[in-house]
Amino acid sequence: MKLPLMVAAVALSALMPAADAANLQERGDPLNSARWNEMHKAFLAGFPYIFDPRVRVIAPGEAENPMQVPVTVDATALGKVVEVVVFADFNPIVEVLRFFPESAAAYLGFRVKLQQSTPVRAAVRTADGVWHVGGSWVKTIGGGCTSPSAAASSPEWQRQLNMVSARQWRDGELAGRLRLRIVHPMDTGLVAGTPAFHLQEIRLADAGDQPLMRIETFEPVSENPVFTVHQAVAGPVRASGHDNNGNTFSVLIAP
Amino acid sequence: MSRFCVLAPLLLAGAAASAGPAFDYALQAERVGADVYVFIGRNEDFTAVNGGNIVNTGFIVGQDGLLVIDSGPSLRYGQQMRRAMAAIDPRPPLQVFNTHHHPDHFLGNQAFAGVPIVALDATRQGIAAAGNAFAENLYRLSGDWMRGTEVVAPGATIVPGTVKLVGRSLRLLALGGHTAADLAIYDETSGILFAGDLVFNGRAPTTPHARIADWLAALDTLEAITREAGFTALVPGHGAIARDAAPIRQTRAWLRWLEQSMQEAAVAGLDMNEVLARPLPAEFSAMALGASEYRRSVSHLFPAAEQEALSHAH
Repeated sequence: MKLPLMVAAVALSALMPAADAANLQERGDPLNSARWNEMHKAFLAGFPYIFDPRVRVIAPGEAENPMQVPVTVDATALGKVVEVVVFADFNPIVEVLRFFPESAAAYLGFRVKLQQSTPVRAAVRTADGVWHVGGSWVKTIGGGCTSPSAAASSPEWQRQLNMVSARQWRDGELAGRLRLRIVHPMDTGLVAGTPAFHLQEIRLADAGDQPLMRIETFEPVSENPVFTVHQAVAGPVRASGHDNNGNTFSVLIAP
Repeated sequence: MSRFCVLAPLLLAGAAASAGPAFDYALQAERVGADVYVFIGRNEDFTAVNGGNIVNTGFIVGQDGLLVIDSGPSLRYGQQMRRAMAAIDPRPPLQVFNTHHHPDHFLGNQAFAGVPIVALDATRQGIAAAGNAFAENLYRLSGDWMRGTEVVAPGATIVPGTVKLVGRSLRLLALGGHTAADLAIYDETSGILFAGDLVFNGRAPTTPHARIADWLAALDTLEAITREAGFTALVPGHGAIARDAAPIRQTRAWLRWLEQSMQEAAVAGLDMNEVLARPLPAEFSAMALGASEYRRSVSHLFPAAEQEALSHAH
């Protein structure tokens, strides 16, 4: 436990005053979660990490709908980000998604199913190998992971499975924003008689097939997921991906 | 030992007092017009302090007995409502109307055992399908005020139209938009319009089952009634009674703004968290529960606006 923190402190010393860095370590989990040690073991064991307020996890303090809790991860205040893993300490399926920003910003908006009140966290690995952890508590009445998807009560989704609707914004404050919605039940496997059925990977690339971002999605991502991404490349963006039943999609999103 | 025996009852009495004055909703019937009374709830959200007394219920005194409009959020409320009604008029309740399937309007039904309880068809279906989940939620929000409360679904379906009941002429309007089915009752005899939750007054409307276009159409129907010669008063589902259509216009303004701002935000490319963070316009800043209902409404309404904006991209 001590050694990784020391490595993190070294890495951070270049970025913030030593006193601040030391403070961040000594306080321990700022969300004071009984599950933090387990989370550390599952995602960060053996790696240097630090709780870092520059990793912003924006989510409502009280979520109205536990099946569609909006989460925005913004790690753009850090340097070059290699990988982001998002997890929820008290979810029956803890891991929500991972994303690899490539040339896009270290920023992702999405929605998640929560089974009960829980911290929602993002651990962000920078190019120097240090994990920066941010998060926030979400209170919810829960049940999001064991409620049937809307698709379960309608055959409509079978005709629309993996259909993508998307749009890029090129002007104004949100220039570079891309939003996409994919029709998918995202069944968790925790509803009796309904096996896990979810998107596994979404790749965004420019017209020359240069990667912009790769997203690995797991069961807790909400039904018909909607993603918000920031990327600087002008021109069309290719979105492609697949689910855990081998269904694929590939669409071109016009600028 | 004998000292403890004396003390124990005192301690118990103290505990009961601190748990609230015996779960008393302190219902006071307010006279709206000739033989028409309402119980006005607080402009608050459900809490363990108000016990869910956040809703308006009412009753009409007829020749042989009373017509009841909504039964409140709990068994205790329904029982206390009956006592407060009996204090005004000793004749029995003859019929209970449930205006829609939200729990603050029907969970007092249990206190009216033996009295016919009626509602629109979709309301009956909604209570059958979601009633228990609603009740569980209110146990969570209102705590022990709910003790003993169980869902009693309406046993008969209303046929809309004008009916003669207990010597009064009632116009039963099958509307919708706040939920799949919203009953409004216009007592032509007194000119008093019970609008149910199609109309809120001074309190932000709730939208978990809203269809805004239908709701706006229903408001037009209700406003037309307020222009009839005999109209005297409007009883909203939540908030103070009014003698004019102002609460209808206020509800309409909120819904139109909500619908428009969801569309604009989706077209502008905002993420749901950015939509949640937007401030209320000054027009609505004084409205009770405006900020919290706005946030709840974003959760209910933004996904559809977003889907619409994304699927019409070029």
